[in-house]
Amino acid sequence: MMNHSQPQGADYNYTVVRQFALTTVLWGIVGMAVGVLIAAQLIWPQLNFETPWLTYSRLRPLHTNAVIFAFGTSALFATSYYIVQRTCQTRLFAPKLAAFTFWGWQAIILSAAISLPLGITSGKEYAELEWPIDIAITVVWVSYAVVFFGTIVKRTTSHIYVANWFFGAFIITVAVLHIVNSMAVPLTMTKSYSLYSGAVDAMVQWWYGHNAVGFLLTAGFLGMMYYFVPKQAGRPVYSYRLSIVHFWALIALYIWAGPHHLHYTALPDWTQSLGMVMSLILFAPSWGGMINGIMTLSGAWHKLRTDPILRFLVVSLSFYGMSTFEGPMMAIKTVNALSHYTDWTVGHVHSGALGWVAMVSIGSLYHLIPVLFGHGRMYSTNLINVHFWLATIGTVLYIVSMWISGVMQGLMWRAVNSDGTLTYSFVESLEASYPFYFVRFLGGAFFLAGMFLMAYNVIRTVKAPKDSLPAIAEAKAA
Amino acid sequence: MDYGTLRGVITIVVMVTFVGIFAWAYSSSRKKQFDDAANLVFSDEEMSSASNGSGDKK
Repeated sequence: MMNHSQPQGADYNYTVVRQFALTTVLWGIVGMAVGVLIAAQLIWPQLNFETPWLTYSRLRPLHTNAVIFAFGTSALFATSYYIVQRTCQTRLFAPKLAAFTFWGWQAIILSAAISLPLGITSGKEYAELEWPIDIAITVVWVSYAVVFFGTIVKRTTSHIYVANWFFGAFIITVAVLHIVNSMAVPLTMTKSYSLYSGAVDAMVQWWYGHNAVGFLLTAGFLGMMYYFVPKQAGRPVYSYRLSIVHFWALIALYIWAGPHHLHYTALPDWTQSLGMVMSLILFAPSWGGMINGIMTLSGAWHKLRTDPILRFLVVSLSFYGMSTFEGPMMAIKTVNALSHYTDWTVGHVHSGALGWVAMVSIGSLYHLIPVLFGHGRMYSTNLINVHFWLATIGTVLYIVSMWISGVMQGLMWRAVNSDGTLTYSFVESLEASYPFYFVRFLGGAFFLAGMFLMAYNVIRTVKAPKDSLPAIAEAKAA
Repeated sequence: MDYGTLRGVITIVVMVTFVGIFAWAYSSSRKKQFDDAANLVFSDEEMSSASNGSGDKK
């Protein structure tokens, strides 16, 4: 019988899944709150209160690290540990090591939350943490790989479900990226210098940076998608064969796309062109995944009317499709000449980060939390619906304001008078951006408000008495 | 082999690999196997009965 309310904790190891699921919500609120604060600082600079550790320069890496490595990665830990057990129909391998990955990862998050505001940084974007923390990350990550692949080895099913392929690729690649990019010569406990220099350093950094996007924020979350979309829709994935082809195409191509972050720099011209072409081809496997996810609903579209969880998942796929169209377009050199260093890039990142990563995680968690705590559904479906609209409106406000601001900046920066002098000074373009910074702040605040609703809903679900939240009756046979 | 030839060879190897994966995934003999795999998402509900010894799901 398909009954989510049956307690299954006796068979699967849900302890570590529960821990990571709850911390996902917590770190989501923390990371996004810091984001809203620094968005406000761009409008009202006095909000740094003349305090060094509250300045934009120190809080920006705190925001990116918190949302990517605390919120997003906790969501990946929770869902991968859950999915690998359920689709391999076996308990987690090495449960003590799994518990270590939880406590170790939390310790790393806390050390980041302390060291970044103190200004301790290696200065590499999305890899700011200093070398002792980098070593700790490596230890926890290798443990994660042992637990995950150990579980796959002891599976009782003959096939390895596609979600696990995506999670596996994500775990291995992030390990390689992190170790190579973090190679450094330590000077003191809090200061090190990268092993690389000049254009090589830039290339290694963006090989890391773009594949953090490709493997952590894409492959990992596609793994999540391939389990929770079919599960929530009550239908198997649209085309299992397409999932195989687009998996191999995606992981083979992403590795080459990094140079598009370095167009018109000291990077050799051929490397830039290679990065551009590979980014353009990447459009195909990206849309393969999106189409596969959305088409899973064919014949079940009516469920979108009543199920806000499914709506979260499908809208996240739509944002994924939008940003993976926008990304290849921005990787074209001539487009990049307009878009690079402007707010358009910031808008693009958040279309992926809020629209895709956060919304697919939120949808998955709304499915997951009741199962983990032995309930049939979340405490309030209405609140999920309100959260859905807050998240969608917030994301749209954010990305539209950044598009307009970004294109405007790009046009103002390149405008020249007939005598060849610049038409606008930089500060004029900054002043023109203020209204859009306010709309962006508003969008972020909407999204954060939704996260608070989620936290309330999750707490009420976790604390609800047994059998008080029965599954909504739905006649469906899978 | 000079660098240009090496690049050409790699391009062909990658193309053949891609076509190979495509043919492998879409060959009709694997259809049933993949349909079963796609349904793994739903067979996980029966784990509790399986551990009681009442049935083994494959």
